[in-house]
Amino acid sequence: MKSGFFAGIANIWRNLPGKAKVGVWLFGFFVLAAVIGPEVAPYAPGAQTPLTQAAPSAQHWFGTTQTGQDVLSQVLTGIRLTLELALLVGVIVTVISVLVGVSSAYLGGVWDDVLSLITNVFLVIPALPLLIVLLGYLSDQGQTSTIVVLSLLGWPWGARVIRAQTLTIRGRDFIAASRETGEKTWRIIGFEVIPNEVSLIAASFVNTVLYAIGASVALAFVGLTNVTTWSLGTILYWAQNDSALQGGAWWWFVPAGLAVALIGTSLVLLNSGIDELGSPRLRATRGTARVAGHRIWPTDPTPVLAQLEAEPGRLGSFLHSFSRASVLQETSAGGNR
Amino acid sequence: MSYLIRRLAFYLVAAWVAITLNFFIPRAVPGNPAEIILSKYPDLTPSAYKALSQMIGGALQKGSLWSQYLHYWDNVFHFNFGTDLNQFPTPVSQILDQAIPWTLILVGTATVIAFALGTGLGILAGWRQGGALDRSLPVLMFFQAAPYFYVALLLVDFFAIQHHWLPAAQGFNGEVTSPGWTWSFISDALEHSILPAFTIVLTSVAGWMLQMRNVMITTISEDYVIAAQAKGLSNRRVVFTYAARNALLPQLQGFGLALGFVVSGALIMEIVFSYPGIGYLLLESVTNKDFPLMQAIFLVITFAVLVANLVVDLIIVFFDPRARAREAA
Repeated sequence: MKSGFFAGIANIWRNLPGKAKVGVWLFGFFVLAAVIGPEVAPYAPGAQTPLTQAAPSAQHWFGTTQTGQDVLSQVLTGIRLTLELALLVGVIVTVISVLVGVSSAYLGGVWDDVLSLITNVFLVIPALPLLIVLLGYLSDQGQTSTIVVLSLLGWPWGARVIRAQTLTIRGRDFIAASRETGEKTWRIIGFEVIPNEVSLIAASFVNTVLYAIGASVALAFVGLTNVTTWSLGTILYWAQNDSALQGGAWWWFVPAGLAVALIGTSLVLLNSGIDELGSPRLRATRGTARVAGHRIWPTDPTPVLAQLEAEPGRLGSFLHSFSRASVLQETSAGGNR
Repeated sequence: MSYLIRRLAFYLVAAWVAITLNFFIPRAVPGNPAEIILSKYPDLTPSAYKALSQMIGGALQKGSLWSQYLHYWDNVFHFNFGTDLNQFPTPVSQILDQAIPWTLILVGTATVIAFALGTGLGILAGWRQGGALDRSLPVLMFFQAAPYFYVALLLVDFFAIQHHWLPAAQGFNGEVTSPGWTWSFISDALEHSILPAFTIVLTSVAGWMLQMRNVMITTISEDYVIAAQAKGLSNRRVVFTYAARNALLPQLQGFGLALGFVVSGALIMEIVFSYPGIGYLLLESVTNKDFPLMQAIFLVITFAVLVANLVVDLIIVFFDPRARAREAA
């Protein structure tokens, strides 16, 4: 059983597109940083040293802030809080979207109408202004209120996608078969429907984590959080607050922002990989074949050698295909040969 | 017609939800927002006190919840969003009037540019799948994954602080010119809008491009595209009049849904640039606990997104025979 499981993982890994593999490595690197970061950080993130606003050096790899705090230590500590929040929101939101999506599709009738309407309404109402308004009222604005508010507003996308998928799975024969054999509804949902949606649920989880990182960092950046804790967003908040940019201290805001951007990129790569796994048509083809020294695209008509000889090289033929001359050439080619 | 009526009904429901949320949020949060505010203004005049309690409600407002709710609707219909607390006694609607044009012009123009550019690049990337443009997508994804405000900060650092090519903040230079239909003001405002607009385009173009590329790839393998190629039509005609035209409709539908994200990004962008629009105003109102203004801004943004969605729906019905067929059915 165990070896089968690992073999399965290895098999998925082999089939994963290159883009997704890069995403997995990149994201794994940041998870590692979140786990061991605060322990290996050379200084306490809030500790002030006499060396203020110093450029990167051997002593402070990422330089120091206006009050002499070590930027590297802040980033290493901040990654943990940001990732913790994002993964937690990801789990909560995924659970809610599976619950809403599956029950909406499975119960049908009035339930479906009501749940779908709620889902669509919350999709069309812009989330960030609502987030800002809610956090504006919640006066404590700690990590918890951010998690609650992000979770409350994050589920509609996933719910909608999962509902659509459940509807198609529900109509399949094997579901009808298990209903005929007298399986209970909850068992069909838990053991037949949901296992067939794993890749979709995974994609929606990854998307949610991406949304949670973006939103929480943005909210922290504008100061709508407890700014005395260390997260990637609050580092940027303090950098902005103390005019790091105007003072030329680029090292203060570049590392934290770069970390957010790289985590985001890794998730986007991961997701496009999952997408391609599910729909092979999107998979990047090897691109082109070469026939008689000419590049042939998958979308090109079957090559005719006589025509190929007359055409120019790679970029030239691409640009040429949009030109007036190509129209003339094609019509005359049809007439002469 | 029934399709359009159903869409219209949906947007009305969405508007009702937004307004109702706006009414209940201040009443549902723990603590009393009214008291928080009142403690900030110990020497309020009686009329100010009344205006405040009317807008914030809670324990201070008289009458049952239901009558408060009706009264609130009455105010919304008359565009009466109460009195601003920070610049008392200026009405909130007057402050909004000053901010809305800035956001509308900047964000509107930049979004349309980003959409057109991204769609065009997506057509090319999808047609030449695996080509140079297609393989450059991960780089663009980086700009999309980077937070809006971070890209804005980097641009400010490079263009404004290190090289002094463009202004770093504000919508216009108040020392040189003042708002009005004068050339000096318009040129100054244009100069100030280049960096914010560039930020919006740079960060959102990859999203449109990726979506259009994916739709193009599925469209290209449709039979009618192959038939068009078999007829011997030029690539340009096949791409633009056969494949792209049909791929454009899902893209338009995505435009409506993604608008919320675009507006959200633009809000944060305005905060970085201290641009005198709605987003900057929203942050100011939140930090000042200026609740009437904050709630009014939320409603304005939501309505703008709803109206834009309705317009997109109308365009789709107008251009897509399939949607018209659904409508007739």
